Amino acid sequence: MAKITYITSDNKIHEIDVQNGLTVMEGAVQNDIPGIDADCGGGMACATCHVYVKEEWLDKLPKKEDGEEDMLDMAFEPKKNSRLSCQLVVSDDLNGLTVDIPSKQG
Amino acid sequence: MNKTDALIIGAGPTGLFTAHQLKLIGLDCEIVDNLDKIGGQCIELYPDKPIYDIPAIPECTGEELTNNLTNQLKPFNIKFHLSERVDEVKKDGDNWIVKTSNGTRFQTPNVIIAGGVGSFEPRKFPVKECEKFENQSVYYSIKDKKMFEGKTVTIFGGGDSALDWAVELTKNSKVNLIHRRDDFRGAQATVDKVKQLAKEGKINLFTKFQMTSIKGENKLESIDITSDDKEVKTLKTDYVLGFFGLIMQLGPIANWGLNIDKKTIEVDTEKFETNQKGIYAVGDICNYPGKLKLILSGFHEGALAARACFKLARPNEKYRFEFTTSSKTIKNRLGVKGD
Repeated sequence: MAKITYITSDNKIHEIDVQNGLTVMEGAVQNDIPGIDADCGGGMACATCHVYVKEEWLDKLPKKEDGEEDMLDMAFEPKKNSRLSCQLVVSDDLNGLTVDIPSKQG
Repeated sequence: MNKTDALIIGAGPTGLFTAHQLKLIGLDCEIVDNLDKIGGQCIELYPDKPIYDIPAIPECTGEELTNNLTNQLKPFNIKFHLSERVDEVKKDGDNWIVKTSNGTRFQTPNVIIAGGVGSFEPRKFPVKECEKFENQSVYYSIKDKKMFEGKTVTIFGGGDSALDWAVELTKNSKVNLIHRRDDFRGAQATVDKVKQLAKEGKINLFTKFQMTSIKGENKLESIDITSDDKEVKTLKTDYVLGFFGLIMQLGPIANWGLNIDKKTIEVDTEKFETNQKGIYAVGDICNYPGKLKLILSGFHEGALAARACFKLARPNEKYRFEFTTSSKTIKNRLGVKGD
């Protein structure tokens, strides 16, 4: 279990306990946090679960797999700290992770 | 006006197999899809990715699945209306009148929505003012490349569309190519070509830059691009092209009076009918307790929706369940010889 903080674009803070093994995307979708569309359902095929990861977490997260950066090319306003939340699998190590949800997914 | 027993919206795997089921039980159908090709998400999002959970097919790619489903439809003559989006669905007595973005009209007692997550539309620039110039000087696809002759064209993107057009347009235009990072995801040969043209000064290449503003009164004059390190450059340009792939939008479906929750449509699990009689939803776009977003679920849902269509399309006939292995009628429809 890890506490994940989702900050929506209206600056609302949602602190959610997410079970290990779920993705950060699933944690948001299952808890009705707005702004993460996840159109393709977690297949790394649509870039609509795009989040900005807090700087201090960038190096602690598992590295991007092939293809994630390609998908981020299509995301809405990608930045250096952009990730696809469907590729972030929750474990105890992610306890305290904070992600910002962009104002739009496309 | 096209009259048909059932109109299917969406030519993804669920729409295709639903068409097969309708034809097997002797109903006509036509299919509309906003993409310019058959296959839906399978062909647009993951044509090369292997799928492992189609019953009796240990492994196939999105493209192979699409080809197989299309082949399965070969015995039937099914009319596809591609690059058309269904805009309007209106009740007319026992029928629905359906209108597409191209003005095609259908009259049908049954509308089956197999629309996935909605219709594919181009992803647009985050800079809001780009809307003002859309289809004037900002484009997300190219219909006639002649308009760019002798002009300055600024292309955004790192995939094959962006790179192919950058290479092509250098022949008659001044080309700027802008991408958010140094790596391109297009084919290596094209990437090499782009880099060669950049060396020769035929493409002005800016990597790690994104558009941050667009300027012009009645006519586009210039854009600002900003680098990761906050360096701003102003580029004079006549046209701007964005190639960021496609995104799915629920679009007009939201206006048809259906019960929609979280971009999915509520259905019953007997007919997969919505709250509107004669409108069904199958595949990823439908929702009911226990719904699984799997292709195989779409097949099951389509098969049941097709049987429900029979009642409204042939009110005076009784539907008889038959097996493809033994039914002469079905074999005739398939054009295969009976035993």
